This record gives sequence, C-alpha cells and structure tokens, in this order.
Amino acid sequence: MMRALAFAYMAAVATFAAPGAADVGNAQELNLVIRNNKFEPEEIRVPAGKRVSIYVSNEDATPEEFDSTALKVEKVIPGKSKGLVRIGPLTPGRYEFIGEFHADTAKGVVIAE
Amino acid sequence: MLGALVIVFREAIEAGLIIGIVLAATRGVHDRGAWVALGIGLGVIGAGLIALFAEGISNAFEGSGQELLNASVLGAAVVMLMWHNAWMARHGREMAAEMASVGEAVTAGSRPMTALAVVVGLAVLREGAEVVLFLYGIVATGTSTSSLLIGGVLGLAAGAAFSALTYYGLLAIPSRYIFTVTTVLIALLAAGMAAQAVQFLDAAGMINVLGHRLWDSSDWLPQDGILGRMLRTLIGYTDRPTELQLIAYVATLVVMAALSWVAAPTRAARAAA
Repeated sequence: MMRALAFAYMAAVATFAAPGAADVGNAQELNLVIRNNKFEPEEIRVPAGKRVSIYVSNEDATPEEFDSTALKVEKVIPGKSKGLVRIGPLTPGRYEFIGEFHADTAKGVVIAE
Repeated sequence: MLGALVIVFREAIEAGLIIGIVLAATRGVHDRGAWVALGIGLGVIGAGLIALFAEGISNAFEGSGQELLNASVLGAAVVMLMWHNAWMARHGREMAAEMASVGEAVTAGSRPMTALAVVVGLAVLREGAEVVLFLYGIVATGTSTSSLLIGGVLGLAAGAAFSALTYYGLLAIPSRYIFTVTTVLIALLAAGMAAQAVQFLDAAGMINVLGHRLWDSSDWLPQDGILGRMLRTLIGYTDRPTELQLIAYVATLVVMAALSWVAAPTRAARAAA
C-alpha cells in the first residue's frame, strides 16, 4: 500500500514537473534530460538549504553516470531510462556535475541561492 | 583508449588498495591466494550481473535501488571487517609470536578468510560494475574495440601495480607490528565505508537528517584527485563530509575498538572464569 502510494506520488511529480520547471527559481523537484551525451539544461537553480529531487531522464541508448563530488552524488542512469538524484541541503554557491562516462561533453552546474 | 584507461584505473585503484591490505593482513595464511582469487572472481561475476540488471536495480524501491544496493554492499563489508578485527584481537598476538618464532610459512589455522574474501569480492563488485557499464557504453557507440581493450587492460594493469605496491609496502613492516598496522588500516577502511554507506542512504531518501556539510577542503585536497582517491579508500577521506558521515565514521571506530576490547583473550578468559 505504502509502495503504491509512493509510486503514485512519484508518477504525479514526474507528470507535473515539466522540463521548464528548471527555470522557475524555487522548485524542489526538477527535471534534467541527457541527450547526445549532454545535459539539458546545463544550469539548474535550486533553493539553498533545502533538499531537492532531480529527475534525470537519459534519452540516449548508452548508460551515463551523474557524478558530482561537490553534490556528493554518484548515480548510474541506464540508457533509455530515468533516475532520481537527491541533493542538498546546499549552502549558496555553484556545484558542478558531470556525466562521468562522457566527461568531455556532459557537464552541468547546480546553482544554489 | 585514454578514456577507458583512466576510468578503469580509477576504479581499480580502490579495489587494488583493499586487495593489497587484505593480502598483507593475511600474511602467513597458506591458502589466502585462493581465497582472494575467489573473492575477485565472484566480484567480477557480480559486477557483470549488476551491470546487466542496472535498469531493474535502478528502478527498484521507487528509484532508490542503486543507492540501497550500494549502502548494503558497503554495510556488509563493514560487518565483515569488524568480524576480522575482533577475531584478530582474540588470536592475533599468538599468531604474531608463532610467526616470529617459526618463520613466515606458518599456516595460521582458521583465519576468517571467508570474511576478507567477501570484502574483496564486494570491493571488486562495486568498482567493477561501473567499469562494465562504461565500457558497454563505449562499445555501443561503436568506438574501436581494440583500442578500448588496450585502454582497459592498461588501466587494470596499473590498478594491479597499485595493489602490489600497497602489499609490498606493508610487507616492509616488521612482522611483529604487521598485524597491529593492518588492524588499524582495516578499522579506518571500515569507518570510511560506513561514512560512504550513510551518504547512500541519504541519497536514497532513507535518512533526512544531519545532511549539512561540515567543511570543504576540496581546494586543498580534492577527493577525486589521485591522492584524494587513495586517502578516500584508505582512511575514508571526504572533502565535503556531512554531519552524519562524521558520526558514522567515529561510531564505527568506537564500535570496532569496543569489539576488540571485548574479544581480547585476557578479558575473555576473565569473563569465562
């Protein structure tokens, strides 16, 4: 029952948190897409001091690892699938992240403010 | 090729350090090579399975399967290392005395080799799964397989060299002190793993407290540099630890010290009397 509820909640979140949500300063659930070994968007703004969930959708066929020592995250997102990355609470500042499997192209930054 | 070399080497360093320490800690056990090889073999198979089922694992437990798996693997390794140190607290002194009198070829009876083989296996599994996924990604995009293979093999060889360096470095320690040194190293290794495990539980959304960063030493000693990476494996160095990570680290050291104290032969004898 709990699991079904949690699943319904996640599905709802995934539906309502549109990609554009990244532009709306203070959202606590964000979407991020991996396409052609790049992150879209490459810059995400999040509120400082809060826990934030980032739904990462890997549209490429190959796996990617969302990697950031600054954010303390290491998470593999298999090809053609989604992954949930939880970050924060962060102090204001810039936090870089990369796709470790394509480090030369997959780069992004989280800005906490 | 360079990409494959760098990634494989990076992951192999961590497993390599752990293998080197385990080999040094089991000096004198005659079938330890077989145990360690078994651990490596099972770890490689496990890594392949994890990579194969990456998507299912990722989607399990409302998207937190990967974090929970990592936390469990680390937690299991911590327990095994605790067991090893408690065992050594009980039998280590007699073994060291035996080794000093009879020489190196002593077979030290029922050492908890299973525990250490499991630790080796889990280390290889954790680091290996990432390597497999990465290499699969390269193959899938059609990069030449031969250059990939060369890069992978070179990376692995460099990792093995690291393992050997750790081992022979530790062997330079006189046999009287070797078990003390490896016991301390294993305690620090376990504490670092515990700190990593709680961070994975945090990332899984299982723990939502004490997540604030305590300090940031990434400008001085970044944990993703070579030195930082080694220290991360060896003593659990983290350049931006959270409150919870520090608590887990200290708590693990305290628990291991307490277990060793309880297991020590003089105390155990007194308790039995």
